[in-house]
Amino acid sequence: MRITRVKKETDEKDLVAVDMNLMKELLHKYGNKAGSLIPLLQGTQQLYGFIPPKAFALISEATGIKTADIYGVATFYAQFRLKPVGKHIVKVCHGTACHVQNATAITDALSDTLEVKNGETTDDMQFTLESVACLGCCSLAPVMMIGEETYGKLNGKAAVRVIKDMKNEQCKGG
Amino acid sequence: MKEVLKMNKTKVIVGLGSCGIAAGANKTFNKLSQLLQSGRADFELAKTSCIGMCYKEPLVEVIDENGSIIYGDMVAEQVEEIILKHINDKSVNRDRVVIADHFKASEADFFDGQLKIALRNCGYMDPESIDQAEHREAYKAIKNILRQSLSQEEVIQTILDSGLRGRGGGGFPTGMKWKFAYQSESEMKYIICNADEGDPGAFMDRSLLEGDPHAVLEGMMIGGYAIGASQGVIYCRAEYPLAIKRLNIAIEQARKKSYLGDNIFGTGFSFDIYVKEGAGAFVCGEETALIASIEGQRGMPRKRPPFPAVSGLWKKPTNINNVETWANVPWIINNGAEAYAAHGTERSKGTKVFALTGKIRNGGLVEVPMGMTINDVIFKLGGGIQDDKKFKAVQLGGPSGGCIPAELGDTPVDYDSVNATGAIMGSGGMVVMDETTCMIDLAKFFLHFTQDESCGKCTFCRIGTKRMLEILERITEGKGREDDIEKLEDLAYQIKDNSLCGLGQTAPNPVLTTIKYFRNEYEDHIFHHKCTAKVCKPLLTYTIDKTNCTGCTVCAKKCPTNAIDGSRKEVHYIRQDACIHCGECYNVCKFEAVLVE
Repeated sequence: MRITRVKKETDEKDLVAVDMNLMKELLHKYGNKAGSLIPLLQGTQQLYGFIPPKAFALISEATGIKTADIYGVATFYAQFRLKPVGKHIVKVCHGTACHVQNATAITDALSDTLEVKNGETTDDMQFTLESVACLGCCSLAPVMMIGEETYGKLNGKAAVRVIKDMKNEQCKGG
Repeated sequence: MKEVLKMNKTKVIVGLGSCGIAAGANKTFNKLSQLLQSGRADFELAKTSCIGMCYKEPLVEVIDENGSIIYGDMVAEQVEEIILKHINDKSVNRDRVVIADHFKASEADFFDGQLKIALRNCGYMDPESIDQAEHREAYKAIKNILRQSLSQEEVIQTILDSGLRGRGGGGFPTGMKWKFAYQSESEMKYIICNADEGDPGAFMDRSLLEGDPHAVLEGMMIGGYAIGASQGVIYCRAEYPLAIKRLNIAIEQARKKSYLGDNIFGTGFSFDIYVKEGAGAFVCGEETALIASIEGQRGMPRKRPPFPAVSGLWKKPTNINNVETWANVPWIINNGAEAYAAHGTERSKGTKVFALTGKIRNGGLVEVPMGMTINDVIFKLGGGIQDDKKFKAVQLGGPSGGCIPAELGDTPVDYDSVNATGAIMGSGGMVVMDETTCMIDLAKFFLHFTQDESCGKCTFCRIGTKRMLEILERITEGKGREDDIEKLEDLAYQIKDNSLCGLGQTAPNPVLTTIKYFRNEYEDHIFHHKCTAKVCKPLLTYTIDKTNCTGCTVCAKKCPTNAIDGSRKEVHYIRQDACIHCGECYNVCKFEAVLVE
């Protein structure tokens, strides 16, 4: 079951300042339509990268749906995140084709390099490591996706090199 | 890939499906458009979608007066040279050609034996152009139905006669389903296209939506006319951004031409379609869960009856079919039920699209007539197993399906023959495995997936799969118990009997079929603590080969538990009591001196 308990105590990470006014247009567009809770949550996530705690109250106010029900939906679907994510989301594919081509080794190697567990974000908020079902390019297995870029025919070492290259580039740029 | 249009210029077409883009096709396209702008070659640049040959992506097709030639592996760095030679010097680099009109190229076998009905337009046109689609008969079937005022019963009868069965996995006769929805009386009815393709290792629907969105729209229109619905919804995975984009473009184009909307062709028939994005839940592929999700609730299945044909979306009669089913419909109307029923077997008519993945040489998308044997699909079309290893088994139907062992390779792929093996046809994922795949590890992988995706409504599915997973975990860790196989079977049958929806009813299939065909592997794990495929690490023993070891000390430095003794330039030794079987020494050794058993 994919129900994750909503924690009462808030991490420092959760207190990222968000501008709730951004949601006005979205609420106006979907507020009164039946069956629009999922598009509302998707729109919110697009704005902030995650669903901030305050958004639940706003959506509830606009649609009349109870906050508990909104939490119910937000925690049911894998797409929704209740915590802020890093600048780069590293999606390692764990579909069948990638699994038989040893995708676990890639997650393990990245987890070591980034010093986070699967599903977590690095302290500098640069990388979030995720595993996803199928990215749909099985012939390139095993694959990972960072932003719009797909990296195929990987092994642990190659995946780590991609991350290191990205870090180096940022150092140069910044 | 014959072009119907007359051309003056050489045409260069880049395959821009998701798989092509992942392999770098966008860069290839940009490179070609730079080349065109530079004026060094004169040609017409166009896009198309996936023709199924994913293992050779990016693909570039060149059409000139000599016919069509498709080049494979056309990465941006090499495309310029090959295309310049082709156009300016008329010289074809035959080593890189995969398919050609006028000679037998390296990959010609891939298309031999394929029969494209659902995928008839994929890779043969620009999916973002309604004009090209209409050149290839899009919207011809619905026009004929409406202009000749065919009755709803006649349309349903044609689909019934064709023998088309649901391609999403269930295999329920499509015509019957339509008939039930037609017979339910209501002012408002709905048509839904199920594009929530969630099986890991399956991408048939994605390719179809990306390559020929108009076929799906037209299919839904015909279905809408037949049952008397005026609204269509496509429920598509959010993980398929390109498919969603192309669907929305296609819908917009169809609306502009008044193919969608009110009073279509002045016949009084009104129908419109919108796309609803899923939010990532495998269980939403189940009809009633999908409906709950469209309504904005948690995607949990409910008890049937009432079936959606009676009470579905917003409690109105609803007909749900899968993407591939819809794509077949216009073809059947255009060519007649008999033409469709001429292909396939006694009880499974027509064709089926399969996604070939895993340890297969030619991974990609194929469409074959029902009844072709598994061996033919894997060895003739798929080119056999990677690195010439031994074919061990094939998983059909994803996490709901089962494993068919190599001995049963002569099984024809049709609904009944596949069901008889204990697997299911499913939506068409075909994952091929070789001798290096551990069947218990595979069963564990699938069960982990279904366990994670169980919505939690039915106790047996929620807790039963968890218990099964725990048993499989301990077996792969070498802690298996004597009666574990029987326990797994017992739990499996209880879960199958006591779950509401397809997810729970089929979740134990991978375990049951691997026990049926690979019981000896389970016994090896439990009683002999051995994993013959060398996958389950806790069951492996790592030793050092004295003749190959150079004493480079790399393994000893890398070992997290300091279990490796030995000084520089001397043969090393692994202390088994300290070894945690992590495999690091094997990974870092450059001299193949670490042995695994």
